[in-house]
Amino acid sequence: MTGSGPHLRAGSEPHLPAGSGPDPTTGATAEAAGGSVRAQVPVRRPSGTARAAALRLALMALPVAFFAAFFAYPVAAIVGRGLREGGHWHLGRIGDVLGDPGIRHVLWFTCWQAAASTALTLAVALPGAYVFARLDFPGKRLLRAVVTVPFVLPTVVAGSAFLALLGQNGLTDDLFGLRLGTSVWAILAAHVFFNYAVVVRTVGGLWAQLDPRQEEAARMLGAGRLEAWRRVTLPALGPSVAAAALMVFLFTFTSFGVVQILGGPTYSTLEVEIYRQTAELLDLPTAAVLTLVQLAAVGAILAVHGWTVRRGEASLRLVDGATTAHRPRGGERALLAAVLAVIALLILLPLGVLAARSLDAPGGYGFGYYRALGAQDSSGTFLVPPLETIWNSLRYAAVATVIALAIGGLAAAALVRRAGRLMRGFDALLMLPLGTSAVTVGFGFLITLDKPPLDLRDSWLLVPLAQALVGVPFVVRVMLPVLRAVDHRLREAAAVLGASPARVWREVDLPFVGRALGIAAGFAFAVSLGEFGATVFIARPDSPTLPVAVARLLGRAGGVNYGQAMALSTILMLVCAASLLVLEAPALRRGTHRGADLTGEL
Amino acid sequence: MTAVTGTELLRLEGAAVRFGARTALDAVDLTVAAHEIVCVLGPSGSGKSTLLRAVAGLQPLDAGRVLLDGADQAGVPAHRRGVGLMFQDHQLFPQRDVGGNVAFGLRMHKVPRDRREPAVAALLDLVGLPGAQRRAVAELSGGEQQRVALARALAPEPRLVMLDEPLGQLDRSLRDRLVVELRRLFGQLGTTVLAVTHDQAEAFALADRVVVMREGRIAQSGPPLDVWQRPASEFVARFLGFDNITEATVAAGHAVTAWGSLPVPDGTPEGPCHILVRPAGVLLRPPGDGLPCEVTGRTFRGGRVALLLHPDRGPALEAECALRDAPAEGARVTVAFAAEDVVVLPGEPAGSAEPDAMEAPTAGR
Repeated sequence: MTGSGPHLRAGSEPHLPAGSGPDPTTGATAEAAGGSVRAQVPVRRPSGTARAAALRLALMALPVAFFAAFFAYPVAAIVGRGLREGGHWHLGRIGDVLGDPGIRHVLWFTCWQAAASTALTLAVALPGAYVFARLDFPGKRLLRAVVTVPFVLPTVVAGSAFLALLGQNGLTDDLFGLRLGTSVWAILAAHVFFNYAVVVRTVGGLWAQLDPRQEEAARMLGAGRLEAWRRVTLPALGPSVAAAALMVFLFTFTSFGVVQILGGPTYSTLEVEIYRQTAELLDLPTAAVLTLVQLAAVGAILAVHGWTVRRGEASLRLVDGATTAHRPRGGERALLAAVLAVIALLILLPLGVLAARSLDAPGGYGFGYYRALGAQDSSGTFLVPPLETIWNSLRYAAVATVIALAIGGLAAAALVRRAGRLMRGFDALLMLPLGTSAVTVGFGFLITLDKPPLDLRDSWLLVPLAQALVGVPFVVRVMLPVLRAVDHRLREAAAVLGASPARVWREVDLPFVGRALGIAAGFAFAVSLGEFGATVFIARPDSPTLPVAVARLLGRAGGVNYGQAMALSTILMLVCAASLLVLEAPALRRGTHRGADLTGEL
Repeated sequence: MTAVTGTELLRLEGAAVRFGARTALDAVDLTVAAHEIVCVLGPSGSGKSTLLRAVAGLQPLDAGRVLLDGADQAGVPAHRRGVGLMFQDHQLFPQRDVGGNVAFGLRMHKVPRDRREPAVAALLDLVGLPGAQRRAVAELSGGEQQRVALARALAPEPRLVMLDEPLGQLDRSLRDRLVVELRRLFGQLGTTVLAVTHDQAEAFALADRVVVMREGRIAQSGPPLDVWQRPASEFVARFLGFDNITEATVAAGHAVTAWGSLPVPDGTPEGPCHILVRPAGVLLRPPGDGLPCEVTGRTFRGGRVALLLHPDRGPALEAECALRDAPAEGARVTVAFAAEDVVVLPGEPAGSAEPDAMEAPTAGR
């Protein structure tokens, strides 16, 4: 859903070398040396194919039911309510809506800003991908974790940060009188801020594992340095660049929080327009048409993405990513400096300004705004002190994480064996909530889940359920490559040594999956924490979440509200960053590349 | 150790496995006696690994039966069969250290800790890695991994140990040493072994009995020396590295071939057949009487030299001679054939029996 900031490499397949042996190169060496040592026993397990299929279906049952009840049904209901009247479909409305010049303007803006954001992100982040993949410099691991922070940051926080940087009375306003607050530049900058990590991780993760000797071989055959890169490395990276670009396009195409906060009245994406039509103008037919348009666009983007990823699975010669980096030399030092400068300006500065603004209280620097958060609001914006929203958010996010882990874990288990068109469809279905209008889902929840058998109108579960919808794709994407990377013969080895199937799962799978489970949980938690588009509809007035509170504070005039919004955003940022750094901690501490590889899947 | 008369431990009856249209195992009948070491030999894709997987319970049969100690194993899952399998690329558990890997099977069999630790130590001593318990498997060399994998497979004391290309990834000299060690070890322990390899030298050094497989069927089975001396078919002969094979017609104690008339052992049935001349039976003679040839290649093998000869008539020949007798490349020689090294090959007609060129070992060439 689009209200949340985080991004992931949907449909990404493992860039881990196949097989989970300790040395990813052994397979290749053995093949090269022996040629014949690999018997041609198919690794697939034909044992009771029917039983395996039945098991897969059983594993899929709960995720499918979940998606049917909490995604398909609400979205369908909204579309139906908008386009059905008196028992008849009014499909002519689609034409009416799309013919409207205002809507056409929105569509045009949505497309071109997404294209521009994608191009800009690639231009800024590809050098970063190279630097993180191939250069060795002190603090690299920590910096890699830091650039990933925006990746899990709620859009509301990003919007606030760029408002504090570029907006009225923002840093650039104070320093140069430059106000970009409600300009397209602020939107593009925020989009790059968000998606920088998508490119660095997707492309850089693969780049680190490309065997540098391939380029060396080309150079020995007479290719120049650039020529070798263009002929050998670029084609290998191509599919992953395309996949990253499509993901960035998807996320910027459906951008909500950023455009809502930075776009002002002039700029509006489809998603923002759906929100406006639904919540402000109560024009459900128009919202329904726009939802359909967005659904179709997102479906198309995901289909192209899936195709790209599958094509990119072509056998590349991959090596251990930790062995390919080298100290920067010559021009690489300048490149490194440039990349570090970009990171400082684009990622650290907005976050720093946000934190600084939150401390810049009327009575001088201090925690004045933070203290105000704890007080009962006199203006009636909130029924509870804003500080309580932290507790609400944490509670909701924790429940959402549990749901997402259960649903996503089952789905990943069902998808482990690559099989059939049905499973690919299921895989795609799981990704859909990422691109579908969160506003539609949220509003759909309101109108569908208020009667038996699913009467959740007054249930606090509504919020975690909506948030889990966004968490599930993350869980699946993190778990799937890891589950697939477990060599099936390891399980067989355990079975032959006397381990029962349950024991095999515990002894072989769990040690691998355990860590991925932690990472998946962390992502699901951060995403749930930041979910805005759906939550804004369904959170009850007496228990709003952090992002909802930030948006409400920003929506009101006055320096105190603004300061409190900054303070709340800072808290949200810290919580998200903390949950991410906890995930990255094992990789940082142990210095193993294994952990880094896992998050590199995203 | 060569006591093949012991009780029957493993029996396969008409075992068949199909992968789609491909038949990996085709009605295989095989028995292994207790304490016997049987080596299954064949090119890759001949169904050897599938055979092991079927016995282990990792690969269900499409037809036939697997019996262990006389009990049909249908429906018995892998973890209850009580057999050990050493995988061709070892499949050590990367997240466990050496001790953890070796102790795994003991833990699965609920051996208490105080008995596990001495058992692991003893096994590591046995495979020549004393005190390696705490080492990470990632830092082991290929040979060391192989030893750990072996110790791990032996630990639960399985009634049958199966080895899938046990030495496949190791270099030649290490293999030669380990195979001798393995045979001594299995002899010491009285283990019943069913091993699979594509390397005939390994098979002959390790086994009490060799089973040659081809396209899912057993092409020949017997003691190594028998198989080596009397290949049952052209396929087996070529797989063992013998290339001096040609069509022949036997009549009156001689075989008429493209190379001329060859002496054959007494009692050879008359009629058309294929014959093999072992390189040792291709005798170099001074120019004169015999088959004139040109020397086109020489391969040095210790004190012996393998010569590749291009006869004036008939297919290429391989001969063997002592180092000091080796003629130069391009030299003209004349060869004669020794009757005791001429083997009549029964079995299938020519042409259909080309073993995979990449897979055929090159010994003897």
